[in-house]
Amino acid sequence: MTINLTLRIWRQPGPDAPGAFRTYQSGPLSTDLSFLEMLDLLNERLSLAGEEPVAFDHDCGEGICGTCGAVVNGRPHGPVERTTLCQLHLRHFNDGDTLIIEPFRARAFRIEKDLVVDRSALERIIQAGGYVSVNTGSAPEANTIPVPQPTAEAAMSSAECIGCGACVAACPNGAAMLFTGAKVSQLALLPQGQPERTRRALDMLRAMDGLGFGNCGNERECEAACPKSISIRNIARLNREFLRASFFSEEE
Amino acid sequence: MQLDAKIPAGPLADKWPSYLRDSRLISPANRRQLTVIVVGSGLAGASAAATLAEQGYQVKNFCLQDSPRRGHSIAAQGGINGAKNYQNDGDSVFRLFQDTLKGGDFRAREANVYRLAELSGRIIDQAVAQGVPFARDYGGQLANRSFGGAQVSRTFYARGQTGQQLLLGAYGALLRQVKGGRVELYPRREMVELVVVEGQARGIITRNLLTGALERHAAQAVVLATGGYSNVYCLSTNAASSNASAIWRAHRQGAGFANPCFVQIHPTCIPVHGEHQAKLTLMSESLRNDGRVWVPLNPGDRRPPGEIPETERDYYLEHQYPAFGNLVPRDVASRSAKAQCDRGHGVGNTGRAVYLDFAEPLRRDGLATVRSKYGNLFEMYQRITGQNPLAEPMQIYPAVHYTMGGLWVDYQLMTTLPGLFALGEANFSDHGANRLGASGLMQGLADGYFILPATMGNYLAGVAAGATDPDAPEFAQAEANAAERTRRLLAIRGRRTSTDFHRELGHLLWDHCGLSRHRVGLEIARQRIPEIRAEFWQNLLVPGSGSDLNQALERAGRVADYLEFAELLVADALAREESCGCHLREEHQSGEHEPLRDDTNFAHVAVWEHRKDQAPLLHREALTFENVQPGRRDYR
Repeated sequence: MTINLTLRIWRQPGPDAPGAFRTYQSGPLSTDLSFLEMLDLLNERLSLAGEEPVAFDHDCGEGICGTCGAVVNGRPHGPVERTTLCQLHLRHFNDGDTLIIEPFRARAFRIEKDLVVDRSALERIIQAGGYVSVNTGSAPEANTIPVPQPTAEAAMSSAECIGCGACVAACPNGAAMLFTGAKVSQLALLPQGQPERTRRALDMLRAMDGLGFGNCGNERECEAACPKSISIRNIARLNREFLRASFFSEEE
Repeated sequence: MQLDAKIPAGPLADKWPSYLRDSRLISPANRRQLTVIVVGSGLAGASAAATLAEQGYQVKNFCLQDSPRRGHSIAAQGGINGAKNYQNDGDSVFRLFQDTLKGGDFRAREANVYRLAELSGRIIDQAVAQGVPFARDYGGQLANRSFGGAQVSRTFYARGQTGQQLLLGAYGALLRQVKGGRVELYPRREMVELVVVEGQARGIITRNLLTGALERHAAQAVVLATGGYSNVYCLSTNAASSNASAIWRAHRQGAGFANPCFVQIHPTCIPVHGEHQAKLTLMSESLRNDGRVWVPLNPGDRRPPGEIPETERDYYLEHQYPAFGNLVPRDVASRSAKAQCDRGHGVGNTGRAVYLDFAEPLRRDGLATVRSKYGNLFEMYQRITGQNPLAEPMQIYPAVHYTMGGLWVDYQLMTTLPGLFALGEANFSDHGANRLGASGLMQGLADGYFILPATMGNYLAGVAAGATDPDAPEFAQAEANAAERTRRLLAIRGRRTSTDFHRELGHLLWDHCGLSRHRVGLEIARQRIPEIRAEFWQNLLVPGSGSDLNQALERAGRVADYLEFAELLVADALAREESCGCHLREEHQSGEHEPLRDDTNFAHVAVWEHRKDQAPLLHREALTFENVQPGRRDYR
């Protein structure tokens, strides 16, 4: 089956240049194409016509690397639940649809070009403490640390975050609470994360606040946009961890 | 070019301990004076960069992506092998070694493979200590599953996202060192030249992908962990940015390239749907633990799978290979699928697919169990194809997935160019002519966490520390070369995009240097590649400029390198007049289509030396087997 779409795409030459929507007619498209293959086709056409192609980030094509992402008709990663942009296929659109395609916008994310944004602020949150401090070679025999299966499963559900930033783009406050909560939760649940549990919660939240992310307003937009179904419970746990840390921290 | 593998003398099990005992050390105070460049941030790159920094070296880590967490290791689904014998099913270091060597069809070094197996358990320990949430049994102990080419359960996994979880573990370790000031991250950088000073790798030139600026980075040693070259085929399971440019640039500067024709074609991928497809998607091999592969018994049977009765189905792997059944190694499964389709048994719109059926495990174990094991893979399949694998069997077909070939390295993971190391998929070291499932993650992490950090000190201890100078003429020359290349690519202003050329090259290689190869086809490819390359340099169209983010320019540079590398790939496939592992030469098979290996003439690593304006020169590193007798690789 083929469909025709009208694409309104945000074009912005650089971080400091003004941007605007430009309208393109897609021409006939097979509904088996992925959304990004559609952009590839558009880019091929623009290139041959002597125009600059649309810059967009993508890599694995399997919804796991977290590189891709754009807001499609107001929804980060588009209309299909639990699906990254690279896994979105045109069979979910109808002939004649207009798609408004724009970058992930948030105070903490800078637009580099067209749909490409700088999400390095997320990295700095992890850098503040989103790990277990264990040097290579000092690990004990793996089965000496038993982890109850439900605990391991819960930690895994938090750990599935791909760091795409859709939660931030979806949040009216531009908050990174779901992202931060997922990592804090994973390590707070596991025995391996206990020694640094208190400091981790404080350090990561402090970093998050300092980077221009907003706070959670319980809108739950992040959870709806998350391609990995990271639950908002992670934010509740983050809040509890922060409270707990505030009581127990020996920091001045 | 001298090929000295530098394998320590002594019995197999003593080689690595004796290497460690005899290697030179550098005092902690001196380590911080030394800078190491690590290019790539997948499992091998991130684990190496983090561990070197823990040891006290200054590390510069480069990646193409916007964050080091996005290296393509992240897409590995199924698992990682570790010879822990937690299942008490007879596993051991020796058995993992033996399986890996046999899986690679006896085209790898015994000493390297043994070391890999030896370190496999410590990788699991390390990952668990980092908080990698591996699957657990009810008692809280680590769970295992089995994988192709093995009769034991030694594969550790984190749902279908084992690569992601292991990479995030290494990434956390890396960021911890960034915070500590010992690692500097350089995301959105592409290595465009390797800088060699007085015969030693001393730095790289990178292009800042956001600004187009060329940057010079000097160091005492350079580590390439830049992955494999599957994307030379255009369509593969690799990520869009995965490329061969870093190792190809290094090869042109003097690093020998080993076994380029050893390319793994993964049996369980989602079939190709159309010409504009950007990539192929892998379905984890773990699915073959429970899924049953079949085709209609009668060629051309177009009925929907549900209407084909059991008696008219051919579960061909189960009866051709009763010992291993659906879990035969990847090369065997891939070739069998192709053979079935070639004989008209293929299914789906294109007839280039076979079924992978979960009806029996669903009956046996119930929906909940099957879903808990493979739920996310089923979802991915459904998202891409629009079909539900719980209701009807999956359709699968082989696709290019992994490259066993790569830069030649000695036992210390050093290339033929002193000071240049290669890790993970970028080197050739451990998988011979075919990699077993769940061994890629193991090798990347063994290289990065344990092997390189031990061998790097030994190398650096013998190197005059002296400051490396980014203003040296060699850096200026390398930078000028890179700038000239970019200028040339932009100046052509022809009529075909690099994607178009890439697709043409990919088709050519898939047809003539893919699942099976024949001299006639290889000669066609060998003749055609230079013609495509010539047209590329006359008729390429790269829109935009070189002074900002220009993804078309990035792609064009990589395709330019593929067009050179592809010739070496084909030359190697031509030179290897035998069938081994993934390399099937149609001239070298039995009447029953079983591959015929030739140990008398080809028990060697083929190492190619780049020569300016001349054909590459072939060197051979002989492989000797003292602990396992190379037997016929029989999975029946």
